[in-house]
Amino acid sequence: MNTQSNAIPESTLRSRVNTPAIISASQLMYWSVQRELWENRSIYIAPLAVAALFLFGFTISMIHLPGKMGAALALGPLHQHEVIAQPYDFAALLIMATTFIVGIFYCLEALHGERRDRSILFWKSLPVSDLTTVLSKASIPLVVLPLLTFAITVATQAIMLLLGTAVLLGSGLSVETLWTQVPLFTMWLGLFYHLVTVHALYYAPIFGWLLLVSSWARRAAFLWAGLPLLAIAFVEKIAFNTSHVFAMLESRISGGPEAAAFPMPAGVPMDSMTHLALLGFLASPGLWIGLAMAAAFLAAAVRLRRYQGPI
Amino acid sequence: MTVIEARGLHKAFGATIAVDSVNLRVEEGRILGLIGPNGAGKTTVLNAILGLSPYQGELNVLGRNPWAERDQLMRDVSFIADVAVLPRWIRVSQTLDYLAGVHPRFDRAKAEGFLAKTTINRGSRVRELSKGMVTQLHLALVMSIDARLLVLDEPTLGLDILYRKQFYDSLLNDYFDRSRTIVVTTHQVEEIEHVLTDLMFINRGRIVFDCSMEELESRYVEVTVHPERVAAARTLKPMHERQGIGHNILLFDHLDRQQLAGLGEVRTPRIADLFVAVMGNYAGQAQGAAR
Repeated sequence: MNTQSNAIPESTLRSRVNTPAIISASQLMYWSVQRELWENRSIYIAPLAVAALFLFGFTISMIHLPGKMGAALALGPLHQHEVIAQPYDFAALLIMATTFIVGIFYCLEALHGERRDRSILFWKSLPVSDLTTVLSKASIPLVVLPLLTFAITVATQAIMLLLGTAVLLGSGLSVETLWTQVPLFTMWLGLFYHLVTVHALYYAPIFGWLLLVSSWARRAAFLWAGLPLLAIAFVEKIAFNTSHVFAMLESRISGGPEAAAFPMPAGVPMDSMTHLALLGFLASPGLWIGLAMAAAFLAAAVRLRRYQGPI
Repeated sequence: MTVIEARGLHKAFGATIAVDSVNLRVEEGRILGLIGPNGAGKTTVLNAILGLSPYQGELNVLGRNPWAERDQLMRDVSFIADVAVLPRWIRVSQTLDYLAGVHPRFDRAKAEGFLAKTTINRGSRVRELSKGMVTQLHLALVMSIDARLLVLDEPTLGLDILYRKQFYDSLLNDYFDRSRTIVVTTHQVEEIEHVLTDLMFINRGRIVFDCSMEELESRYVEVTVHPERVAAARTLKPMHERQGIGHNILLFDHLDRQQLAGLGEVRTPRIADLFVAVMGNYAGQAQGAAR
């Protein structure tokens, strides 16, 4: 009896010496993001479903492609572009809009759901800091969704071009016009630029604000996210008869003046314009003010999560 | 080694004082039962110990300040807040993957071993498991963490009697050893009666009773007294008296068992009876003070 009770603590001590006491920050972050993807499968299912649906419709529309190409050839290059490249831009916009909406709903739920279902008590029983948790949740709209959008759009547009090429070759037409009007690599570069500048950087304060609201609101996070801003805008309108807050919100959501400089239409010469747009973007105070606000919102969310328990 | 040390631990919610300048000390290798009525401050004390809520006063858990260092503290502390805090969407296999990923002291093979003894399916989501199975899963996870302090707040609330018994059995047989410390709160006092090494009663934010089980056995005596001897027994100043069927049961503090043996059948009081006696006296004192 005695030997047994002595043996147990010793073996425990040994195993404690053998196990590493610290897990690297990157590993903690990896598993925290993995956890988010387990819980919120809509992050990748929604854009994949939209892409699949779009490809389905696009495949059916291929019946008209040979006729459309014939008609387009008779038009000038600008109209050609409009007719041929439009579906590609539309695919990108559709997937982007989907992930943007997914990001909004994800953020509103991210720090609210765990309090509502009391699972925050389980997560807090593990050696993962509030900072890691909030950063991993913020990385979904700021890193994971833009990258997913890029990957899914690239795959969708590549399949579209292959389908178009196959159909044209099958009907004995030249693919030259199609390939010149749909410069995929230039488009992908532009898409990547847009996702990084607008979706990750310029939208950062929007997602930061939504995460903050979800960590603070006891219920109706959706209303809390929107109504106070609208109220401030209305008060401003009534009190001063100005609409700066409205203008600011609108410019933020539409991607700001920076989005206007975004060289999305395919075929527009990229090189010099991109550099100019990028410089202008990096020099704009709107970007830096927004990033500072995003950082402040996230810091507040980290602090709030420390105090929060089940609701 | 001292695992938990609190000095002047204080917590108020607005005008309500939940924990009133509590001093407490828990040594390594103990199993402490923290017993109190609803709203006595048990969970508030535990939340402070676990770094879940801020507090006033001094608190030291395994050499750390829990509020400032919750994430580091959780490498050495596990807790089950109460049943049904495992996220409902998670799969059993995902809980194992995640814990193996983030917890340096989690032993996955051990957890697999515990789960193999149950009927829990590895691919199931928590929402598909019964309440008892969720508790089994949570316990399997917690017992596979090589923690130094385990805190259980009403761990068996809402479970049927089979699972409740099994819960404490596996905790004692498969987990507890002299290098670990367990703090448990529960309303089902009789279940943990034979598990505890130490006992604390808490009422209105204050520790009103604090003693080890050995001390309890030597110090407190309960005597079943026949009605004709009750008057004589009362002269010995019992701390509590209650009516049985055809006899009175008197509880004495610091009296010789030999001396009491003449009055009737002598035994060590149950925790529940001691609790009622202590709480009754406490309420009486409070009333007296109010007058």
